Amino acid sequence: MSGYRLASGGRIDRDRRLEFTFNGRPMAGYAGDTLASALIANGVDIVARSFKYRRPRGIVAAGAEEPNAILQLGCGARTRPVQRATQTELHYGLSARTVNGWPSAETDLTAVLDRASRLLPAGFYYKTFKWPASGWKHYEHVIRAGAGLGYAPDDADADRYDRINAHCDVLVVGAGPAGLSAALAAGYSGARVILADEGSEFGGSLLSAAEHIDGAPSTHWIARVRAELAAMPEVTLLPRATVFGYYDHNFLTLVERLTDHLPATDAIGPRERLWRLRAKQVVIATGAIERPLVFGNNDRPGVMLASAVSSYVNRYGVAPGRRAVVFANNDNGYRSALDMQRAGIDVAGVVDVRTDPSGAWHEAARAAGLRVFAGHVVPDARGRRRLASVRTARLSADAGRIEDEGPRLDCDLLAVSGGWSPVVHLQSQSGARPRFDTDRACFVPGDPVQAERSAGAARGTWDTAGCLLEGNEAGVAAASACGFEAPATVLPSAAAADEQPLLPCWLVPGFKPVSRGPKQFVDYQNDTTAADLHLAIRENYTAIEHVKRYTALGFGTDQGKLGNINGMGIVAEKLGRPLAEVGTTTFRPAYTPVTFGAIAGRDVGALLDATRHTPMHAWHVARGAVFENVGQWKRARYYPRPGETMQQAVDRECLATHHAVGVLDYSTLGKIDIHGPDAVTLLERVYTNNWRKLAVGRCRYGLMLDEDGMVMDDGVTARLAEHHYLMTTTTGGAANVMARLERWLQTEWTDLEVHLTSVTDHWATVSVAGPYSRDLVGELCADVDLSAEAMPFMSIRECTAVGVAARVARVSFTGELSFEISVPAAHGQRLWEAVMAAGERYGATPYGTEAMHVLRAEKGFVIVGQDTDGSVTPDDLGMAGLVSTKKDFIGRRSLARPHLQRGDRRQLVGLLTDEPAAVLPEGAQLVDVPDGPLPLPMVGWVTSSYASARVGRSIALALVDGGRDRIGQRVFAPLADGRVLAARITEPVFLDAPGRRPHDRTDRNAERPDRRPERPPAGAVDA
Amino acid sequence: MLQLECPWCGPRDEEEFTYGGEAHITRPPEPDAVSDAAWGDYLFFHTNTRGLQSEQWCHSHGCRRWFNVARDTVTYRIHRVYRMGEPRPGFDA
Ligand SMILES: [Zn+2]
Repeated sequence: MSGYRLASGGRIDRDRRLEFTFNGRPMAGYAGDTLASALIANGVDIVARSFKYRRPRGIVAAGAEEPNAILQLGCGARTRPVQRATQTELHYGLSARTVNGWPSAETDLTAVLDRASRLLPAGFYYKTFKWPASGWKHYEHVIRAGAGLGYAPDDADADRYDRINAHCDVLVVGAGPAGLSAALAAGYSGARVILADEGSEFGGSLLSAAEHIDGAPSTHWIARVRAELAAMPEVTLLPRATVFGYYDHNFLTLVERLTDHLPATDAIGPRERLWRLRAKQVVIATGAIERPLVFGNNDRPGVMLASAVSSYVNRYGVAPGRRAVVFANNDNGYRSALDMQRAGIDVAGVVDVRTDPSGAWHEAARAAGLRVFAGHVVPDARGRRRLASVRTARLSADAGRIEDEGPRLDCDLLAVSGGWSPVVHLQSQSGARPRFDTDRACFVPGDPVQAERSAGAARGTWDTAGCLLEGNEAGVAAASACGFEAPATVLPSAAAADEQPLLPCWLVPGFKPVSRGPKQFVDYQNDTTAADLHLAIRENYTAIEHVKRYTALGFGTDQGKLGNINGMGIVAEKLGRPLAEVGTTTFRPAYTPVTFGAIAGRDVGALLDATRHTPMHAWHVARGAVFENVGQWKRARYYPRPGETMQQAVDRECLATHHAVGVLDYSTLGKIDIHGPDAVTLLERVYTNNWRKLAVGRCRYGLMLDEDGMVMDDGVTARLAEHHYLMTTTTGGAANVMARLERWLQTEWTDLEVHLTSVTDHWATVSVAGPYSRDLVGELCADVDLSAEAMPFMSIRECTAVGVAARVARVSFTGELSFEISVPAAHGQRLWEAVMAAGERYGATPYGTEAMHVLRAEKGFVIVGQDTDGSVTPDDLGMAGLVSTKKDFIGRRSLARPHLQRGDRRQLVGLLTDEPAAVLPEGAQLVDVPDGPLPLPMVGWVTSSYASARVGRSIALALVDGGRDRIGQRVFAPLADGRVLAARITEPVFLDAPGRRPHDRTDRNAERPDRRPERPPAGAVDA
Repeated sequence: MLQLECPWCGPRDEEEFTYGGEAHITRPPEPDAVSDAAWGDYLFFHTNTRGLQSEQWCHSHGCRRWFNVARDTVTYRIHRVYRMGEPRPGFDA
C-alpha cells in the first residue's frame, strides 16, 4: 500500500466520486481519473503476474506504452480483454480484473516459476517446438493456461459498431503542443482538417507537466486553441480516436471510442466507430515514449517511468509512492524529482548516470535541496511485493562497470528515465525507415515515402517551444501542399530547450555478470531479460530480427513500446557494433490493439453478405422448403411434407417429375443478353463448338474453357434475333463469365461490335419437366404452338404468359420433356402460382435443387464446379465431340499440349456400388487395392453420388485415372468410419444409355423419348 | 489501400477495382503457329517486375472498364493511368 491521493491538485473533479471494483473489491476514484490513477490512489501495488516467471508487476507507465496493467474490463457479453488501465477512463460501476496469476495476480501460487527460471531460458519456445517434437503438446497447455492476457466474451457481442469513410486535406495525429499548433495553422488556411488524439482530453504531454505558455498555465492555451478549432467549420476534432494504421496512398484507419468511458446506463449508440480515412497530407505529432533503464530487479512494483510519475502527480493528483528515488541518464529525472517534491513526496535522491551533470535542471534540483548522486547507477532493486530499497554504485570513468558500492536508499518508488523514443510507429507503417540519431540516442523519422511530415517530440524535439514551432511549420506546409495558404501567426511563448545531453545507458552494469546476477528485464510483457539477449547472441542469433523472435522481444500486445530500443542497444553493445548498424525495427498496424467489433462494423449476422432471393421465394418459404446457399442465392433444395425425410421428399419429387410433371424455380441461372453484329463471333471465340449455323429461335448447349484448356462454365444459349442472343451460365459462375467476356472484349477484341448486359435478375424462370409438361405449359402460353413439329427440342419462342410478354424454351436438364417459361421478374410469383394452379390436375409437384441434381446425374449431365474442379478438359468429361476443330476459341491451343493429350488422364465415369443401397460419400477417394501398405495410391474420387429413385439404386459419378479404359473394373472407397465400399466402373449415364456410342456425350441435355401416358398417375399428384 | 485514378470515374479506392496482372501481353494471333513452350510462356509466365510495371485493372464496382496502370511494385507509386490501346508509356517520367 504505497500510492495515495494527494490532498490537492490534478485535473480531476473531486466533487464527482466514482465507485468501481477491482478483482471484486469496491474502490472509488474521481471523474478525470484513469483506472490506473484510481488504482494507485487506492494503494494497489500489483496489477499482474508476469508472463513466464509469474513475478508481481505494478503500473509502469501512464499511456499506451503500459506493459503490465493489462486488465479484463466488464463482464458478460460486454467484457473487454487486453485493456490498458492507463488509457481507461474511470466511470461509475467499472469492474476490472487481473487476468493472469492463480488464484489472482496479488496472491499467485505459481510464482514458484520465478525460482525455477533456469528451466525456462531464452528460446524456450523455439526449443520446445524443435525437439522433442512430441514435447510441445505437453508444455503447451501448461504455458497457454498460465499466459492468458484475457478472455473473449462467451456470448455474441451485444454492441453495435459503426464505420465511416472520410476524406480530408490534413490529418493531424496527436493533440499535444505540436499537434494543436499544426491543426491551428492548417485550420487558419481553410483546409479541411481532422485532428485525432487517443486521449479523452487534448493537450498531450502538457496535461502532465507543470508548464506555462504565454505566461499562464498551459491548460489555458489548450482550452483557447481547442475552442478556436471547434469554431472552424472545416475542422473535425476527434478525441478518444486512435490512428492505428497508416497504409498505402495516405489511407489511414482510426478507431473512435464512443461509449466505453460511460457507465452502462449511459452507453447509448454504437460503441466504436472505425474511420477509413484518405488524407492528402498527414502531420504526425504522436510525441515520444520514455524508456526505462535496464538493471537488476527493475520490474519490482514501485519502479515507474519518471514521466509517468509526473503524470500521476500533476494530472491525476495521486502519489505513486511515499518515498522516492530518481534514477536517470538525462534531465527529465530532475523534472520528475521537482514535481514530486512540490507535491510533498519525500525524494531521497537523484541518481544520475552522468559524471558531471550541469545545466538549468540540475541546478534547480540542487537549489531545491535534492541530493544528487552523480556518476552513479542503481544496479539492483530490493523488495518482493513492492520496492523497499535500491542499491547504488559509482561507475568507472568509462561508465562500463561498477567501481564501488554507494549508499543503499530506502524507497517505495523509483522514477526511472533512460531517455525518449519518438513514436515513429505510424511513420514506419507508412513505409519510411526510421533513422538512428546518435546525438539524441533515439530513432527519428526517416525520409518520408508518403505525403506526411512529423513534428515535435515525434521527431526528437523535446522542448515545448520547439514543438509549437515545428507544429506550426508542419501545419502550414501541409496546408500549402493541398493548395491552402496559412496566414502568418505569432507563436505563443513557451519553455525553450534548456536540457543537457543524455548519456546513453542501454544496460546498467551490475554487481555480478549478466548471466548470474538478478534479472534485468528488457521486455516486461514477455519477460525478456538482458541475459536472454546475451544468450541469443551466444547461440549465434546476431541479426536483430532473429534475436527478437528467439527471445520474444517486442512480441507482446504492447509491441515492445518500452523494450525494443533498449533491447537493440544491448544487442549492439554485445556485438560491438553501432546501434544504427544493428538495424531498425519495423512497426506494423495496429498501434494499439483494435477490437474485432470495430473492424467488422455492421457486417455481421444477416449483413455479413448479401442474400439473393428469387421472385417466388415467398412461395417456397410458405411451402416449407428447405433452402441451400448457392453463392449468394437461397435456392429451395426440397419441399418436405410433414414427417418426410429429405430422401423421401427427393424420391417423391423425382418420381413426380418422371411420371407426371415437376416444377422448378430456375430463376437463379445466370443470364447474359448479347447484342450486336459481332455477337456470333464472340460466341464462336468463347465456346468450344460452332454457332454460325444456329437459326433464330433455336438454342444450343455450349462449353466454355479457360485459356488453359480447362472447363470453366457451360450453359444453353438461344438466338433470339439476327444479332441478339441470350446466354445462360451456371448459377455460381454468372458473375465470373460476365467479367471474362467483358475483359476479352475490352482488352483483346476491341474491334468487335457487341454489347453485354447481365439480365440474371431481370427474368423469373419456371422450368416445367415431365410427360405432362407440354399440356401444362400449353395452358399458360396459349399463343404459341408447342407441338413437337412446331417447336422442336432446343428451340425458343416469344409468347404471352400471365398477361405479360414471356419466353418459352424447350430445353432439358432432367432428361424429361421440359419447357422453361420466363417472364419479367416482377411477375415471377404470379407465374409460379399460375403454373401450380393449372398443374393441379396433372399432379404438378414443386421440386428443388436436390431432385434436379439426382435427375441430371441419372442422365450423366455434369455440373461444372461439382464434377469439374478447374483441372478437367472436355475430353476428360467425354465431351470431345463438342470441341470444334475448324475454328479457334479460348483454350483450344492448350488442349494440344502433350499433358492434355495423355490417355491416362482422370476421366469422368459412373460408379455402381456392389451393395445397391450403399451411397458413396461425395469426395470419397478411390483406390485399386483396399488393404495394401499405406499410403494407398489414389486413383480418383467421387464427384456426385445419390440414391436414385428412377434407377432404383445408388448411382455415382467419379473422376478416375484412365477411367474410360477401365469400364467394368472395380475400385474401392475406404471411408473414414473404417468401411470399404466396392464399386464397378460404368459409363457415366444411368438412364436411356443403349444405342449410344461409348464416350460420345454430345447429346447432352437430350430429352428422353416422349412417353406421355393417357392420364397422370393419381399417386403422383401433389396435395 | 491504393487509390487508383479510373480514366472514366476519377480517383477511387482500390477495393472498387479488380487487379488483372501484367499488361501488354497479347494473345498470339495464330496460336497454332507458336510452340508448346511459347504458348506455355504466354499462359503461365509473367515478368514479375520489381519496380515499374504496366498492369491491367478493372473498375469492377464502378464503370466496369479495363484500363492500364503504370505502377511501381516496390513503392506502389502510380506513375500513369492510361486507356486500353494506348501505348506503354516511356518510363522516364
Ligand atoms: Zn470507372
